[in-house]
Amino acid sequence: MHKILLILEREYLTRVKKMSFIVMTFLGPLLMAALMIVPILLATLQDVGQKKIAVRDETGWFKGKFESGENMEFILVDGSMEEEKKRVLDKTYDALVNIPLSQFNVQGQAEIFSTRQIPMNLKSLTRSILKTELENKKLLSAGIDPQLIREARTDVNIMTIQLEEDGSETKSFTEVQYGLGIFSSILIYFFIFLFGAQVMRGVIEEKTNRIVEVIVSSVKPFELMMGKILGIALVGLTQFVLWVVLTAGVYGGFALIFGNDLAMANATTGQLLQQNTEITQSATQAMAGQVFEVIASIDFGIIIFSFLFYFIGGYLLYAALFAAIGSAVDNEADTQQFMLPVSLPLILGIVVSNFVVNNPDGPVAFWMSMIPLTSPIIMMVRIPFGVPYYELILSMVLLVAGFIFTTWLAAKIYRTGILMYGKKVTYKELWKWLRYPG
Amino acid sequence: MYALETIDIVKRYANHLALNKVSISVPQQSIFGLLGPNGAGKTSLIRIINQITAPDEGKVLFSGMPLNASHSSIVGYLPEERGLYKKMKVGEQAMYLAQLKGVEKQVARKRLQMWFEMFEIDSWWNKKVEELSKGMQQKVQFIVTVIHEPEILIFDEPFSGFDPVNVKLLKAEILRLRDQGSTILFSTHNMESVEELCDHIALIHSSEKILDGTVEEIKRGYRSHTFELQLSNLKGPVSSIIPEGFELLTEKTNHYNETLIRIKSKEVVHPNDLIQAMIPHAGIVSFNEVLPSMNDIFIEKVQQK
Repeated sequence: MHKILLILEREYLTRVKKMSFIVMTFLGPLLMAALMIVPILLATLQDVGQKKIAVRDETGWFKGKFESGENMEFILVDGSMEEEKKRVLDKTYDALVNIPLSQFNVQGQAEIFSTRQIPMNLKSLTRSILKTELENKKLLSAGIDPQLIREARTDVNIMTIQLEEDGSETKSFTEVQYGLGIFSSILIYFFIFLFGAQVMRGVIEEKTNRIVEVIVSSVKPFELMMGKILGIALVGLTQFVLWVVLTAGVYGGFALIFGNDLAMANATTGQLLQQNTEITQSATQAMAGQVFEVIASIDFGIIIFSFLFYFIGGYLLYAALFAAIGSAVDNEADTQQFMLPVSLPLILGIVVSNFVVNNPDGPVAFWMSMIPLTSPIIMMVRIPFGVPYYELILSMVLLVAGFIFTTWLAAKIYRTGILMYGKKVTYKELWKWLRYPG
Repeated sequence: MYALETIDIVKRYANHLALNKVSISVPQQSIFGLLGPNGAGKTSLIRIINQITAPDEGKVLFSGMPLNASHSSIVGYLPEERGLYKKMKVGEQAMYLAQLKGVEKQVARKRLQMWFEMFEIDSWWNKKVEELSKGMQQKVQFIVTVIHEPEILIFDEPFSGFDPVNVKLLKAEILRLRDQGSTILFSTHNMESVEELCDHIALIHSSEKILDGTVEEIKRGYRSHTFELQLSNLKGPVSSIIPEGFELLTEKTNHYNETLIRIKSKEVVHPNDLIQAMIPHAGIVSFNEVLPSMNDIFIEKVQQK
């Protein structure tokens, strides 16, 4: 045990001290934060200062319909096209909305002139105003009161409520569970591949350096393998935790500095959303409320615990197999033939997870969340939707059993493989190694 | 009491027998040479003694006790396929390997400093292994093999990869370690080093032990009754003065008119009888019996099979 710790320590320290680890650890969160912040900042940047927009309305229908806001000031103008265009060119206005009488009336056409790219939401705002007005006019000419139509328009909002056996009810909002499930399963998938491959490379390195026989004269091959697997697991966890902390830190820092901008950007985006989709204020609030209610109702304790369990369990299960592959080959190029059967269940898991979110309690979902090779991915997709405790416990027990089995299997291949040089290994050969005694 | 014994070791691989009832006995504080052509089973036997693989049959005894896991700390092993972590610093790596052998951190540091000074490599402590030449790496490798002051040292082809200067250094170290009380087992192809170092040898060929004993014993057992004489004032041609029953192998005369001859008898001859027979015909400048070299014995035994 003491020796496993020594090995673990070396594996951990040599990796954590590497330049590439430090760079990845700090660059990762910056990239993540950039991914969240940059689009918002871009949206904010466009709205710097108030834009002057001239509206040349030939129809005379739009007096007072264009309401000036924080970002845009609307001025009704009635000069000739040539005059007004000139004013756009000499920057009196930032843009000119032209509503020609005949074309608009018949074909619903209007124009926006500007010297530069127009603000993103000007076009949609204009379209929305013109559309409503034109529709109203048409309705009126047909003898229908537009107010009637507006009142008849109804937003239907469906609440999904999960009935529990004890009679209690939980509001659910599938999108939230969907997002949580897919996100955590993809994280697990990458973690297994990324750090499993590191285990494999570590084993190959020891083999090609010819140090492995020196070490196995002091420790058992199994101890060497486990020390490496556990050491790299700690490297992975360290990186993951640092990423979470740093991403939160970077994002929080940005939010503090650009707090107002961010809030404003969010507000304008919200406004836009409203205008475009014509969701009423109350519906939006109801939806947001529902999302929060659902988030509050999700048992994050279970999710975080299971995430960590499947995160580590899945890694351990596969890391042993990756170690076995590494021991059987002389260099990384030879790993291909063995990589396929090991990566297949993982890839299958990710593919199937897209179906599982639609039917998280179906037989496919059930079986694939029991089989240890796919359960770390599939069970994580299911958990946010709620999984009966006995299923969860069974799946976890099976995962532990699977991990013990693959480790036992891998150890048998490993202890023969690491001492085997310059031999092209086949599956038949591996089968023989499994049956060597001691 | 033997420091190390293997008793009827059998090791089978999928489709061949690597060791067939091999027994060797290594006396305390001696140097034991394990000889044999490539693929004879030397490395298999050494790996079994080091508990890297397990035998199918037979047992290994350390000072009469059956082999167990705790023995790894009293054995120092330098494998044939040896190397170090390339990206790790020399000192850090030596510390790591010493601790894996169960040496306390403080003790390991002190001992390593001593060895590094002795081998004049103390300036390498903070260098990465990949910056060192192969010979330099071998020195580091040797140090980490002996750092836990093991009672038993096992070297698999220790001289391969060393230049002649380092081979000399290594031989001196092996002898010194033996004199300090260690028991040493090594495998080699280098017959010269066997004659120089070994007290005992065992010859393994095609998975079986075909010869063992002390170097002296074996050489005497393979004596071919060949003698080398340096003669002066010959009273006639060489062929006419050699006694009955002797065959003349070589003959060479130098500038001082002395003739060096090598003769071989088919039967056992006492040196005194030969000298007496020669005295009337020539002056004897020097006389000695030519014992076969280990190299000759090795080749003869291996080709016999």
